[in-house]
Amino acid sequence: MAILDAKIPKGPIKDKWTTYKDKINLVNPANKRNIDIIVVGTGLAGGSAAATLAELGYNVKAFAYQDSPRRAHSIAAQGGINAAKNYQGDGDSNYRLFYDTVKGGDYRSREANVYRLAEVSGNIIDQCVAQGVPFARDYGGLLDNRSFGGVLVSRTFYAKGQTGQQLLLGAYSAMNRQIARGKIDMFNRHEMLDVVKIDGKARGIIARNLITGEIERHSAHAVVIATGGYGNVYFLSTNAMGSNATAAWKIHKKGAFFANPCFTQIHPTCIPRSGDYQSKLTLMSESLRNDGRIWVPARIEDAKAIQQGQLKPTEIAEENRDYYLERRYPAFGNLVPRDVASRAAKERCDAGFGVNATGEAVYLDFASAILRYGKEQAKIHGISDASEAKIIELGKGIIEEKYGNLFQMYEKIIAENPYETPMMIYPATHYTMGGVWVDYNLMTTVPGLYCIGEANFSDHGANRLGASALMQGLADGYFVLPYTIGDYLSNDIRTGAIPTDTPEFDEVEKEVKTRLDFFVNNKGTKSVDYFHKKLGKVMWDKVGMARNEKNLKEAIAEIKQIREDFWKDIKVPGGLNEMNVELEKAGRVADFLELGELFALDALNRNESCGGHFREESVETEGPQKGEALRDDTNYKYVAAWEYKGEPSEAVLHKEELEFNDIELKTRSYK
Amino acid sequence: MMNLTLRIWRQKDSNSKGRMVDYKVTDISEHMSFLEMMDVLNEQLVNSGEEPVAFDHDCREGICGMCSLYINGEAHGPDRAITTCQLHMRSFKDGDTITIEPWRATAFPVIKDLIVDRMALERIQHAGGFISVNTSGNTQDANSLPISKINADEAMDAAACIGCGACVATCKNASAMLFVGAKVSQYALLPQGQVEAKERVLNMVAQMDKEGFGNCTNTGACEVECPKGISLENIARMNREYLKASILSK
Amino acid sequence: MSKSGILKSTIARKVAMALSAFFLMVFLLQHLIINSTSMVSADTFNDISHFMGTNFLIQYILQPVLLFGVVFHFIMGFVLELKNRKSRSVKYAKNNGAANSSWMSRNMILTGVVILAFLGLHFYDFWIPELITKFGQGNWSGVVEGHEGLRYFGELQHKFVDPVRVGIYCLSFILLSLHLLHGFSSAFQSVGANNKYTRGLKNFGIAYAVLVPLGFVVIALFHHFNHC
Repeated sequence: MAILDAKIPKGPIKDKWTTYKDKINLVNPANKRNIDIIVVGTGLAGGSAAATLAELGYNVKAFAYQDSPRRAHSIAAQGGINAAKNYQGDGDSNYRLFYDTVKGGDYRSREANVYRLAEVSGNIIDQCVAQGVPFARDYGGLLDNRSFGGVLVSRTFYAKGQTGQQLLLGAYSAMNRQIARGKIDMFNRHEMLDVVKIDGKARGIIARNLITGEIERHSAHAVVIATGGYGNVYFLSTNAMGSNATAAWKIHKKGAFFANPCFTQIHPTCIPRSGDYQSKLTLMSESLRNDGRIWVPARIEDAKAIQQGQLKPTEIAEENRDYYLERRYPAFGNLVPRDVASRAAKERCDAGFGVNATGEAVYLDFASAILRYGKEQAKIHGISDASEAKIIELGKGIIEEKYGNLFQMYEKIIAENPYETPMMIYPATHYTMGGVWVDYNLMTTVPGLYCIGEANFSDHGANRLGASALMQGLADGYFVLPYTIGDYLSNDIRTGAIPTDTPEFDEVEKEVKTRLDFFVNNKGTKSVDYFHKKLGKVMWDKVGMARNEKNLKEAIAEIKQIREDFWKDIKVPGGLNEMNVELEKAGRVADFLELGELFALDALNRNESCGGHFREESVETEGPQKGEALRDDTNYKYVAAWEYKGEPSEAVLHKEELEFNDIELKTRSYK
Repeated sequence: MMNLTLRIWRQKDSNSKGRMVDYKVTDISEHMSFLEMMDVLNEQLVNSGEEPVAFDHDCREGICGMCSLYINGEAHGPDRAITTCQLHMRSFKDGDTITIEPWRATAFPVIKDLIVDRMALERIQHAGGFISVNTSGNTQDANSLPISKINADEAMDAAACIGCGACVATCKNASAMLFVGAKVSQYALLPQGQVEAKERVLNMVAQMDKEGFGNCTNTGACEVECPKGISLENIARMNREYLKASILSK
Repeated sequence: MSKSGILKSTIARKVAMALSAFFLMVFLLQHLIINSTSMVSADTFNDISHFMGTNFLIQYILQPVLLFGVVFHFIMGFVLELKNRKSRSVKYAKNNGAANSSWMSRNMILTGVVILAFLGLHFYDFWIPELITKFGQGNWSGVVEGHEGLRYFGELQHKFVDPVRVGIYCLSFILLSLHLLHGFSSAFQSVGANNKYTRGLKNFGIAYAVLVPLGFVVIALFHHFNHC
């Protein structure tokens, strides 16, 4: 296993990052001007990295497939960002944030990386406030916090229900400043289609101008991939329509190992699918579970009647409702972590108790919260004998204050009033913890090739806690990568500009062009979406929330078959040298079709249940935890890093054993 | 289920002339989103070997600001406080003819079909849409400077702009004042934004004018059509900031 | 930002537009007040008119300023309209402006042009004869031969005999009202006044926009019917 060196600095965990920063090589300002860095993706990670690197003096070329960096999907994050500021004085600390994150990740993340993340978390908030991010404040003018699932302190900073948007706009503004100075060369509507290696080092990319169709060569001394997760392998997810794994997959094929692809987060509170035409799923913030109670009918005949539209949820009596989370997990109730809540919903729906026409939905009910708040308000306003109607009216007011925008969003989509009738929710793919393997420096197994944010695997283990994705993206981009990349680039101060008229660029460009040519010339009969939907169905049915050996093996065979059909029968109208949306999609789906297979292979290999990965073979068989996920620390306490060998099925597994020196391994229990 | 006629602007690229083309779609569910209806049309076009209609879209949950479309004479369609991706087909009736056009503004040239180039908005942001603070992490503690809740909330409301350009598209003068006003306001309301306040508003307005956007005549249409409900107060605030800056600057 | 740049910017032009509008609205109000005295007492009206027509400050300072204000407001209005039209070179095939804005706000140029045409008539009726009398004939006495007392009230009454003229006059004031219904609050927004007083100001603006033109219409009708 010597091939995987995580390069974790020696010393106590608290000092690792400080010592590391003290000892790395620096590049002097005059030399930074002679060094180019390519950053692909402009979300929280890529945007913050591009801005910071440019500020330091490097020449940055940033790439986004959207028409502006501000549109990256980080913008859709709602809830908040964690930071161990301990402003509430409730006992928070860097260690506690570190501990919660490792535990929440079911002990499958790298301790040193997570500690560093916790360490820089506070700085992120300082930085964002200085940039003019309008975080929520209390009446004294100080920053407000809320709490999120899986933790015992209030450490989540937020900007209404649009925290991701505000943080991204902060990073975007920092980028704009550098674009104006000419330090960032921004390539909007450009898609990276491959990486170019020279002498084993990443030295550039091939990108397609999505407006003109032109294939462009861009060189640099280092390449940073910050292109987000691969959730769209499921076709339906809460990701943006354009979110894709092409950059990550292309570097994997060029030598970067891909780690833990099976660690995918299925978020429990999404708006359910309504029909086959559905193009994407919409997340409802986890914060709703603070006040909503989740239930399905207790009697199967009621469930059937609801599915056929003959019965309304409000007509089901209290005793005929099954509040299954409260029943199964009395201690945490509706606030169990995301993976647990998702699996419990699936279990009920699989048993036939689902509550919409497709049978794939459960209720999230605010009626009792409305009553509770209503009574409280009646007291506050001194109304002694408030009528039921008055109490409900007061209660609705409070719910509206807290969740008004989410309720409105729900009503726009479903056309039902969630104040009157329970919301319907169902789990959906949301985030991918797995990703490109990186060492402590965030460098992949290819020298000079970095991977940050959701695209890498490093910090969330097998399950990510709420409000931690934003933290990781910005930590990587603002505070980690700018140091670690300097250490690498200090060897490049004499290299000079990298020419693009070299055989290495010729060769990769030819590969890219050949593939694009194939797509527009193939005389197939099926659209890209046809194959994407087929892949998504296999992934969801067999590599979804619960996995077993039989299904995974079938999935591997089926995905392979879909891939073969795809290459035979794909049809892409339009030409090469123009804007061609179908062509863009074709390339992305081709990559998903390979990634999906590796995903299933990884899930098959990992015969344990941990975090978002649940193997039906690995459950507690007795005791109070009976039926719950069973982690296997003896055999699977490692990062599975896959090396590409020509076909996904031939990928070679490399293990990075995880060491837990500062945290004791425990079974997660939410009973 | 609905059957609809779609009258859509088709234009091969920025150099070609465009025209309205009629298409039929059938069996459209009222639960579909508008863009899912467009997906159905495009699937139909691809299967018959035609080029699908190009339109901008990404997050499909109303926050990225990528989707546009002028639907039946209104930016983001007939519903309020939403983007096109959040518009649902229940807003239409069986047999309707729906006219779908790109944003129209001289500053937003058409790239293809319904996709326009919104780089003008980007350049306005480059001109001053930032606070010049280094991202080094050596800033002061986030709580060292209290900000009144009222100002913080108002700044947040202004900052909620998603940069979709509906304000420009809907304004009879194709003015970008709401977009620029929102950004200027966000920073004007926060202490961190004060240092560069004068230069910011002057530079951003100068860039806005250079891009060829029209003048604001206070019709208020932008505020009505804005998917995020950005208030006209932001334009008034920018006017104040601009006057102050013009008079006080050197 | 240099000073020469100020009137080039869209905001500065809008502010200039608003300031000239404020000036014109104040002028309009005083014009109404003076005119309305004609319904009460011909002598009062004559006295004030004579004062206004012969006072040095008003004739040589305020009158040119007013003229400048009017001309500036119109020219700037056209300049802005031209630029606005250029800002959308390809028009929408289908546009539903009524969905999000008032007719008045979208047609300021139309109402403005009608008011301009009316001003032409108004100048032809009153202002140009005044100039001829005063500057052409050098008669600053306010008295014409063959008539008793000051001439102003008589001239006023005489103009409102013709029902066609009265009709045009009334119609123009309806359009002025529409212009003001948007213009009043718009001017405040342009100079950056949008705050807790805005709602009150808007209501006041509506009252102003309705009552002031209505006043002029009433005066016209009063003299038309009283003369008959």
